[in-house]
Amino acid sequence: MATEYKPPALPSPFSNTKPPPILLTQGAEAHLYKTVSINPAIPAALKIRPSKPYRHPILDRKLTRQRIIQEARCMIKLVREGVKVPAVLAMDWEGQGGDEGGWGGAWLMMEWIEGPVVRVVLEKWEAWFKANRGTMDEAQITAAEAPVRALLRRIGAAIAALHKAGVVHGDLTTSNLMLRTSEWDQEDRAIEGEVVIIDFGLASQSVQDEDRAVDLYVLERAMGSTHPLSEPFFEELLVGYREGNKGAISTIRRLEDVRLRGRKRSMLG
Amino acid sequence: MIAIGMEGSANKVAIGIMSYPEDGSAPQILANVRHTYNSPPGEGFLPKDVARHHRTWVVKMVKDAMKEARIRVKDVSCICFTQGPGMGAPLQSVVMAARMMSLLWGKPLVGVNHCVGHIEMGRLITGAENPVVLYVSGGNTQVIAYSSKRYRIFGETLDIAVGNCLDRFARTLYIPNDPFPGYNIEQLAKKGRRLVELPYIVKGMDCSFSGILAAVDTLAVSLGLNGEEQARLDDERIDQEQQGEQDPDAKPTRADLCFSLQETVYAMLVEITERAMAHVGSKQVLIVGGVGSNERLQEMMGIMARDRGGSVFATDERYCIDNGVMIAQAGMMAFKTGFTTPLKESTCTQRFRTDEVFVDWRD
Repeated sequence: MATEYKPPALPSPFSNTKPPPILLTQGAEAHLYKTVSINPAIPAALKIRPSKPYRHPILDRKLTRQRIIQEARCMIKLVREGVKVPAVLAMDWEGQGGDEGGWGGAWLMMEWIEGPVVRVVLEKWEAWFKANRGTMDEAQITAAEAPVRALLRRIGAAIAALHKAGVVHGDLTTSNLMLRTSEWDQEDRAIEGEVVIIDFGLASQSVQDEDRAVDLYVLERAMGSTHPLSEPFFEELLVGYREGNKGAISTIRRLEDVRLRGRKRSMLG
Repeated sequence: MIAIGMEGSANKVAIGIMSYPEDGSAPQILANVRHTYNSPPGEGFLPKDVARHHRTWVVKMVKDAMKEARIRVKDVSCICFTQGPGMGAPLQSVVMAARMMSLLWGKPLVGVNHCVGHIEMGRLITGAENPVVLYVSGGNTQVIAYSSKRYRIFGETLDIAVGNCLDRFARTLYIPNDPFPGYNIEQLAKKGRRLVELPYIVKGMDCSFSGILAAVDTLAVSLGLNGEEQARLDDERIDQEQQGEQDPDAKPTRADLCFSLQETVYAMLVEITERAMAHVGSKQVLIVGGVGSNERLQEMMGIMARDRGGSVFATDERYCIDNGVMIAQAGMMAFKTGFTTPLKESTCTQRFRTDEVFVDWRD
């Protein structure tokens, strides 16, 4: 019954740009491609929200349009406030083009961020640390942990800046945090570079402590499940968060409540 | 080995008998009987009336099932019953019967989680190995995936169940409850074309239906489409429109409201299922629960799964809607690992989350 997977056709003009866009990842909502902007020397990230044929066409257009505009608005606001996120280069929410000149989904073209995602960096570090921990004394362990602690502080500061600008991310994980660096290679264990927050697909504009605390809680849970060795340093992230944001005290107090409550409550009715 | 399954968590009392050959070949369904309590149009069912219905029918149902299966008391290995979740009074009536049979016949009891029953029956019937499960019924709406000995809930409704939303809207429009409201809504929706705008509420992998129900109810009232008299008048208009052309700008009919409600809530369900599939990296979807017998939901899920290079598994109303064999199936899987429920603990509970069950029978 399963058929060979074929990604949906690219919307115009990407159906005939050279070189053709390269598919990087497929999420539930969107496909991410690497392409170029204006000239082949300028790389760019292209996020396409293909039309969902299972939905009624009117509903589909409304949702796709609403969501991609919301995403772009959040990013543009953040760029203006000086928060480190990819800049928006171009977009089309009406989905002109497509296969038969009809509705082919909406797209958003963003600045290309060179560097690894934090998930990969932490995975590498954890693998190395696990293998070598046995041979290290206490001072060496402290020294080995220092760059990770520093990274978590920088992440905390980046999230503080995001929240201060009045935006909550909605899906903070280590896959949605990048380190901008041109000198990173696969073998390297370096934890350098500026923290850049990406993927604002579930972001919204909010200044509520509750929403901010849930943002932090989601990241804490994500770290717990994907990076068990780095999780103990989550406190460092909160230190960085507190330094970067005056209103952080009440958010962190709220985080205590959210932790106790969890995301799931017992079902009633 | 033979298991009897007894189900009565909502308005259906059902008995199922399953046989498990000693040589390990595929289990066989020996009997699958069910009796449904239906309230008149415009009304829901009350727990005390449903409980009375179950008490009246349960003994006769067990006798009928035993006769149909051609088995005797000595053939039975265990008595499986629904422990929850569900409505308190109906659950109690069936648990009481199960306890009585256990004492009378000297057979062990096996308490079963209703949701796990649906999942295990769906897996058995469709052969899906490790699917993302969408469990949708009148009382439950959950997106579930298996991971290390538990059925984990990835997303669920934040308020009422999707089936409850449909049932209650059926009451507003005076749509009959027989065979079940969702079926009649689906038949009416097939005659609708005009999509009216309703709220669309998805939060990550969770969703919410109470606001949609309030919106569509209010809309029906403002269009003057609620109540018994209007139902008759509107049915005539729907029939006329079926004959001739439908004016896209005309006032919506009850058919259009049903169509719009279905399109909106099913799109939400498919969206959260797709998100869970992307999250766990699965390509199979299994739809279980009463709402799972809806053909439009199955069609939409099929398109989504196809576009992801996967496939959808669904069952028909015999296994989708609450039944006894699913309780027998889930109960037997636990029983084979040595699990039984002592008489002292053979209580039932309205709140029994899917992830509370330790799934010892899967790797």
